[in-house]
Amino acid sequence: MIPELGHVSLIIAFVLALGLGAVPLWGSFRANVAAMNLAPTLAVGVSVFVAIAFAMLTISFLSDDFSVAVVAANSNSLLPPIFKFSAVWGNHEGSLLLWVLILSGWMTAVACLSSALPLTMISRVLSVMGLIAVGFLAFSLLTSNPFERLLPNTPLDGNDLNPLLQDPGLIIHPPLLYMGYVGLSVPFAFAIAALLSGRLDASWARWSRPWTNVAWGFLSLGIMLGSWWAYYELGWGGWWFWDPVENASFMPWLMGTALVHSLAVTEKRGVFRSWTVLLAIFAFSLSLLGTFLVRSGVLTSVHAFAADPERGLFILIFLAIVVGGSLLLYALRAPSVASRVNYGLVSREALLMVNNLVFAVATIVVLLGTLFPLVMDAFSLGKYSVGPPYFNAVFVPLMALVMPFMTVGPISRWREDSTRRWMHELLVPAAVISVLAVLFSWFGSGAFNLWVALAILLAGWVVLGVARDVWRRLTQGAQGAPRWRRLSASFIGMTLAHVGFAAVVLGAVVVSQHTEERDLRMAVDEVAELGEYRFALKRLSQAPGPNYVADQAVFEVSHSGRVIATLIPEKRRYLASGQVMTEAAIEASLWRDLYVALGEPIGADAWAVRLQYKPMVRWLWLGGLLIGFGALITALDRRYRAQLSRSAAVTAAVDEQVLGLAR
Amino acid sequence: MHSVRKQRLILVALVVVLSSAAIGLVAFALRDNINLFYPPADVVAGKAPVDRNIRLGGMVVEGSVVRSEESLDTVFWVTDYEASVPVKYSGILPDLFAEGEGVVAEGRLDETGALVATQVLAKHDENYMPPEVAAALQGKTMPAGDRGGP
Repeated sequence: MIPELGHVSLIIAFVLALGLGAVPLWGSFRANVAAMNLAPTLAVGVSVFVAIAFAMLTISFLSDDFSVAVVAANSNSLLPPIFKFSAVWGNHEGSLLLWVLILSGWMTAVACLSSALPLTMISRVLSVMGLIAVGFLAFSLLTSNPFERLLPNTPLDGNDLNPLLQDPGLIIHPPLLYMGYVGLSVPFAFAIAALLSGRLDASWARWSRPWTNVAWGFLSLGIMLGSWWAYYELGWGGWWFWDPVENASFMPWLMGTALVHSLAVTEKRGVFRSWTVLLAIFAFSLSLLGTFLVRSGVLTSVHAFAADPERGLFILIFLAIVVGGSLLLYALRAPSVASRVNYGLVSREALLMVNNLVFAVATIVVLLGTLFPLVMDAFSLGKYSVGPPYFNAVFVPLMALVMPFMTVGPISRWREDSTRRWMHELLVPAAVISVLAVLFSWFGSGAFNLWVALAILLAGWVVLGVARDVWRRLTQGAQGAPRWRRLSASFIGMTLAHVGFAAVVLGAVVVSQHTEERDLRMAVDEVAELGEYRFALKRLSQAPGPNYVADQAVFEVSHSGRVIATLIPEKRRYLASGQVMTEAAIEASLWRDLYVALGEPIGADAWAVRLQYKPMVRWLWLGGLLIGFGALITALDRRYRAQLSRSAAVTAAVDEQVLGLAR
Repeated sequence: MHSVRKQRLILVALVVVLSSAAIGLVAFALRDNINLFYPPADVVAGKAPVDRNIRLGGMVVEGSVVRSEESLDTVFWVTDYEASVPVKYSGILPDLFAEGEGVVAEGRLDETGALVATQVLAKHDENYMPPEVAAALQGKTMPAGDRGGP
């Protein structure tokens, strides 16, 4: 009964989405106010029914209803309840339902928070999002119905969730990532709506910008969590593999980074308009491409739950319609929204253009490396794989190129600035960081390391530039209001994100350069040295878990004769599937992680053991957190809230005008 | 007007320089860093290059895995049921590595025709087979009694 209720809700949501995609859009061209007014109601309606469907699937998982195919394939009566919950999206069908749920969540948010927008705009935005929902609901209903039953051959117990996915990180990683992925549909819908109306001005950018920043912030957090999960759960201690699935989420992020910056220019100065629209289209298209890559089973990965050519074809066609349709619309309408505002070569616009070019090129090189094997395979030209060396060779120089500009950008002026002023502002930070880079490059390893020196130089340059900017804003100018209030939310957010980026770069370079790693055989009472640390294997034992049994090894870690930690890595055998999983033990701190993982038993009383010393690896994720939260904070800026009340009056006038014209 | 044209020219120049630099980098990086996939039959037939990294995929021959008692050295055979190739690997094998299961090994061939692997990848869950392996095995069935390998 419960699964059928979910199935029916999903069908109702599909019908409502069809209405949302058609009626308000039609109304916006016919100046039919009643039809346009339906948009928010229909959007909320879709959300409610998708939410009911999602709740029904969740109930099926929690109540161990193994007559439902996905529950039988991905859960087990012994699975801890929290993982039964995350198992809802730990499979193809459920994760697609989560995709739609989050899309409808964004739709509801737009419907509720955009009452100040002109009615034609809001109805078109919601209609475009409704059409996207139609595509994904059809995909879910036609090819991947989560409510399919196994009757009458209902299994007694389930197959269990893939042990790799039985982890707290996986409870929040997919929802956060999807918040970002799907959130990019909002700027996309705004862009399409703007192309339809031909009204693409600063106020359009101001409406679109907070949504874009929030989506991009969630995407940053989702990617960060995925990297963290891979680090401690896959048992190799790697944090980024340039795996096609990682790239699938990274490409929208790179394009989104360009979009976030380009929107700033469009909002403040009214330039880069058609470029911004193009970026919005590409960013969401890359989200869809990512969904295609991950969901179609063309890739070898943890994320590829099932390979089914029919599903791949469906998304490919959908992708072609969305990308083709929006680019066609762009080709037809973009010239009418192009801008003619002048700016100098030495100006903030020009610097942000550098950002845009670098991130667009970075997206393209990652896209090339990701699609190359697929294209070669599709044309039967051989089975290739493109590995991390390619991506590092092309990506690292690009990021090094953009960092010098990151400091100059925020302090420079719009329209026209002078290099003399830049010199005056930044001479001191430049001198200080050059000295520090040389001094600290010996740090940690005792030998000069060029890459670490460069990383400190670039990251420090960004941080010191930002610090000087903050200091200047706090100390100069008129007295009166409390000083911290002079820093707007969008300035604070940008500052945090830039500092976070610097932290990621520094962490990435230091951990790549100074990681120490040993794979070796260890028996009880043996001692292994790694750098300044001694790892002693004290004893081996066994411990039962809820749905697995674990072999444990107890390590005592000491540094200069003092015991600093006891690490207990595990090797788990899951009962239902018989799968074996490595559970690494990590002693974490800001400056270094110590990482122990078990390989396989060798002989009677020894194990293959992997020991790792990873300096500053935490900086990657702390930096990622700063980037994500920084982006979220920008949306709190007062000017976005002020516009809600201020523009209500303007909106009415604009609506009058638009309706008048349409008649 | 003049400054607008000059600005456009500089922008175009910037785009050209940056994109050609990127294309150069991509071409350079692709040349050295792509690995071609070979099934065991091709390796035994001498079709695989010996001076560069390749990927070898197939099934781990049952009973062929020999682990050293003293170190992490392991030798196992990979088969596509037509031919088998020995793989030498020193290090920790992935959790899902097992005899009779699909595997992809990356490394170089040595003079004896064995693959010295730098990385061994096993599938991510038990119903899943790397697509390359599935393709390599397509149309080839395991003959009864013949286990291939040593």
